[in-house]
Amino acid sequence: MTVFSGYGIQLLHGAVVSVEVTIAALIVGTVLGIFLGAVKTYASRPFRYAVEAYTAIVRGVPDLIIIYLIYFGSTIALTKLAGEYVDVNGFMAGVFALAFIFGAYASDVIRGAIRQVPRGQTEAAMALGLSSKVCFIKIVMPQAWRLALPGFGNLSIILLKQTSLISVIGLEELLRASSVVSGATRQPFYVYSAAAVIYLILTGVATLGLRYARKRADRGFA
Amino acid sequence: MLDFQLMSDAFPKLMGGVGLTGKLSILILLLGMMLAIPIAYARNAQSVWLHGPANAYILLIRGIPSLLQVFMVYYGLGQLDFVRHSALWPILRDPFWCVIIALGLNSAAYTAEIISGALRLIAKGPVEAAYALGLSWFQTQRKVTIPLAIRAALPAYENEIILTVKATSLASTVTLMDLTGVARLEVANTYAPYEIFLTAGAIYFCITTTLSWLLRRLEQRLSLEHMKTLNPTPLQQTETVHA
Repeated sequence: MTVFSGYGIQLLHGAVVSVEVTIAALIVGTVLGIFLGAVKTYASRPFRYAVEAYTAIVRGVPDLIIIYLIYFGSTIALTKLAGEYVDVNGFMAGVFALAFIFGAYASDVIRGAIRQVPRGQTEAAMALGLSSKVCFIKIVMPQAWRLALPGFGNLSIILLKQTSLISVIGLEELLRASSVVSGATRQPFYVYSAAAVIYLILTGVATLGLRYARKRADRGFA
Repeated sequence: MLDFQLMSDAFPKLMGGVGLTGKLSILILLLGMMLAIPIAYARNAQSVWLHGPANAYILLIRGIPSLLQVFMVYYGLGQLDFVRHSALWPILRDPFWCVIIALGLNSAAYTAEIISGALRLIAKGPVEAAYALGLSWFQTQRKVTIPLAIRAALPAYENEIILTVKATSLASTVTLMDLTGVARLEVANTYAPYEIFLTAGAIYFCITTTLSWLLRRLEQRLSLEHMKTLNPTPLQQTETVHA
């Protein structure tokens, strides 16, 4: 496979960017998901409806449209604010767009997990005089996490694959890097196959890691 | 603020892309379903030679982003000489068929997972009863297993339909003028990304929401509770057997 002598590095670099985007979007999206999941469970009706609407929109609109909207939209908004042309960082726009999508799906997973935590736990915390914030952070979330883990795992693997969509806004992640390399080598079949293998390795490692995490979290539970 | 004039001007042009989005969705789902049924049966089979390849296929497709699959079919296959010289080349040169093949193969893996899950959910009782009545394997599948499996698979398949409609937006990356493709062109012409992409997003939202509403009604129609009210006697049997 001499084809990849110099270009292999470029693909691997792209893979690193894909992983970076995944991790960054996972962190932002998880925080967003927990917050929105809590809103869906506890907040008053108007807030709950607003979050439900947000989730319904993300479910009903293609990811590409959301990514374009956030990328081009933020370019224009920032250009207007700054008064001169601002080139929005593809990485930031990508992370934000993917986190925006991830957060919507994650909020449902979190809500489901929160509901599975027995009511007595919250009631006991209240009886002990804990504030509802402390109760959520110290009592509910630590138990909900374990229940949310399978759903979260699936979403993370979907997220890893969704990073390929960021290539449309020019960020040189794995798919974009392979397009560039296949243009240079005129060997698209082999280059894209190599990219597919890298994706398979990444998703495989993520799947194994999540299985391990789930086993660990389930210690002590039948 | 938003330029509503621009949005209403863009609306008919964007609607022009909806036809292609619909055509792609239907053909992808059809191809996916055709491939998914044998894969699902193979997946539930005892023999390793059947469930091994089926599982490998599902694992492979699920591990690779669908956009990469589209690129592999559209850009990748053209590099191979035997593909270029084959009778299929006129089809594989056309981005329309490339998208259908790539996303259809992709949908097949997810649909197979849904169908094999539904087939496994079916209780042994009705199947054994069918054999006891002297029905052949094919008759049992047609009269007992498949009707029950459809009911079990429908909620998950509904989700797959919505995901497929959304996934057709990837066609815009290989020059097709579906709803997303037209939106991109319009943005390039007007440089009004907010207005155009919001309008396109709203159209997608209406399509997917209407679809999921229709599918949920179908699901209720096919539910055992609803059928019981229509035709009480035969379904009482199905119900006891189902439990």
